[in-house]
Amino acid sequence: MDKSAALLRIENVRKQFGPLTAVDSLSLEINRGEFFALLGPSGCGKTTLLRMLAGFESPTTGRILLDGTDIVAVPPHRRPINMMFQNYALFPHLTVEGNVAFGLRQERLSRAEIAARVEEMLALVRLKGFNRRRVDQLSGGQQQRVALARSLVKRPRVLLLDEPLAALDKKLRAETQFELMELQRKLGTTFVIVTHDQEEAMIVADRIAVMDRGRLMQVAAPNDIYERPSSRWVAEFIGEVTLIEGALRADGILDSALGPLRVPENIAARGKAWLALRPEKLRLSATRPEENLNALPGTVFEVGYRGGVSIYKVRLADQSLVKVALSNSGPTEGQEMSIGAKLWVAWPKENGVVLTQ
Amino acid sequence: MGLWNRRLVLFVPYAWLLLFFLAPFVIVVKISLSQTAIAQPPYVPILDLSAGWRGLTTFFSALSFDAYRLLASDAIYLFSYLKSLTVAAISTVILVLVGYPIAYGVARSPRHWQPPLIMAIVLPFWTSFLIRVYAWINILQRDGLLNDILLRLHIIATPQAWLASDTAIYIGIVYSYLPFMVLPLYATLEKIDIALLEAAADLGCTPLRAFWMVTVPLSLPGIAAGVLLCFIPIVGEFVIPDLLGSSESLMIGQTLWTEFFANRDWPVASAIAVTLLAILVAPIMVYERLQRRHLETPK
Repeated sequence: MDKSAALLRIENVRKQFGPLTAVDSLSLEINRGEFFALLGPSGCGKTTLLRMLAGFESPTTGRILLDGTDIVAVPPHRRPINMMFQNYALFPHLTVEGNVAFGLRQERLSRAEIAARVEEMLALVRLKGFNRRRVDQLSGGQQQRVALARSLVKRPRVLLLDEPLAALDKKLRAETQFELMELQRKLGTTFVIVTHDQEEAMIVADRIAVMDRGRLMQVAAPNDIYERPSSRWVAEFIGEVTLIEGALRADGILDSALGPLRVPENIAARGKAWLALRPEKLRLSATRPEENLNALPGTVFEVGYRGGVSIYKVRLADQSLVKVALSNSGPTEGQEMSIGAKLWVAWPKENGVVLTQ
Repeated sequence: MGLWNRRLVLFVPYAWLLLFFLAPFVIVVKISLSQTAIAQPPYVPILDLSAGWRGLTTFFSALSFDAYRLLASDAIYLFSYLKSLTVAAISTVILVLVGYPIAYGVARSPRHWQPPLIMAIVLPFWTSFLIRVYAWINILQRDGLLNDILLRLHIIATPQAWLASDTAIYIGIVYSYLPFMVLPLYATLEKIDIALLEAAADLGCTPLRAFWMVTVPLSLPGIAAGVLLCFIPIVGEFVIPDLLGSSESLMIGQTLWTEFFANRDWPVASAIAVTLLAILVAPIMVYERLQRRHLETPK
């Protein structure tokens, strides 16, 4: 057995569908007991990668190692990996119990053991007493839990989840995200989830792999991806961001069309770069802020009230728009920052992130 | 839609059934209760409404179950029914065995290939049924195509007699009814989500086992529809056994034809038809019940 923490090792995997390269020379390690998310826009290859892990597709080139053994040639029915399908793929001719027991029946376990494990699983996903129900008599949330129970009951080494919450409405989705995390912690199983919903990936996952056009853009913990994106693409894909282009100087200054801007210390790069600013890291003030802050004059162009926060779009001197999020924690009456107001966008230099690609 | 319009919409199909199904059936039942006569029409009594109430009572008192008694007393009818049911049962089993792989193959072929493949299955129906059965006579006769090919391939040494045998009946029936089996099977197989088979594989099924555990149970409604669509008309089949089969053991359709046209015994012919209908209602009711159970409760 491999001694490293990595349970799944994807080595130089490429998948070609005719002229289309769905996954391109991708290498990735997924750790034991980790909740790992594959995140990206539709068509980025995340589902293809998941299907290769399940065994429904085989890589054109490259290896997939589970505990150090290459599983590329192992057919899906012999992999100790189970999958929860996007639209659940529940068997319509079987009951809840029949669906959950399906995988165990293939293992030729005793009737009593199957029944015990099905019961245990149904209790875990809070579907006790639903044994004899038909799956088409269940609500979307209940079907989702049957699908989860069916894929977990075989105690897989890795559970793959293909957009597991996409069919649920927003509120139920939010609850289910926490349930999934709780379940994963309880069982200690390695979960690999595919999602296009960045918020979902950030909430549930220990680490996220951001993919675009078959390539990995960044693999890191959610807060690292948000706070320290590796490229403009990742910064713009995850959350909202304003990018200011300029040239990095040796003295910690970025020369931009809006004037010189101070950047965080210890940046070795020189030349063309972008300063990435998250909306909630910026402040607005009616008067010119103190000297040690970066400050840009602008005009309020649009205000979006979102309850807890308000999003201000401020037009800067070069006509570009910058987004600023202000918390509505205090009383909101009497705020002077209505549309057309002239004000300053300000931030301490450490709130910006310098991107060179 | 107004109440009257709605009633009209309901009335049309009921009127159709009444006029073209129930009324003829009542007439056939009546004839089956009559006696043969050398007359025009060849049976008595004939309802004479001009005689008033008396005419009506004499009419009903003249009706009898004699034709049915004859049916029960002579084994030739029983053998005919049994022969028909056996031929229908065996052909239906062969049809499932032949039709399922065809339907499965079409349903699993690339999407743009499916319409032409279905077309190829239905296309023979654009030529007359009789011509196609006559073509089989040509193929199956002593110096026909089948013997020719088998001789050339050295599978047989001397020409075989295919015609006028049960084998010929089975070939003709399976050939003629194949689309009625393939189409409903295709319709259900085509609807089965591939993800279900992937889920079965993911849960530990080999492809063959996934077929038995998922595809077959989900295609049961299609199998039932195909079986019903084939079995019932095959029981009453007349043309195929008459043209391809031997005259030694007759299917019930042939017996009925003989009674009607050769013996001019309309009451017995009608009794045969009514009895056949009673026999065939049973599988239809079973199917209906199965379907209702399928809709209502889980297995």
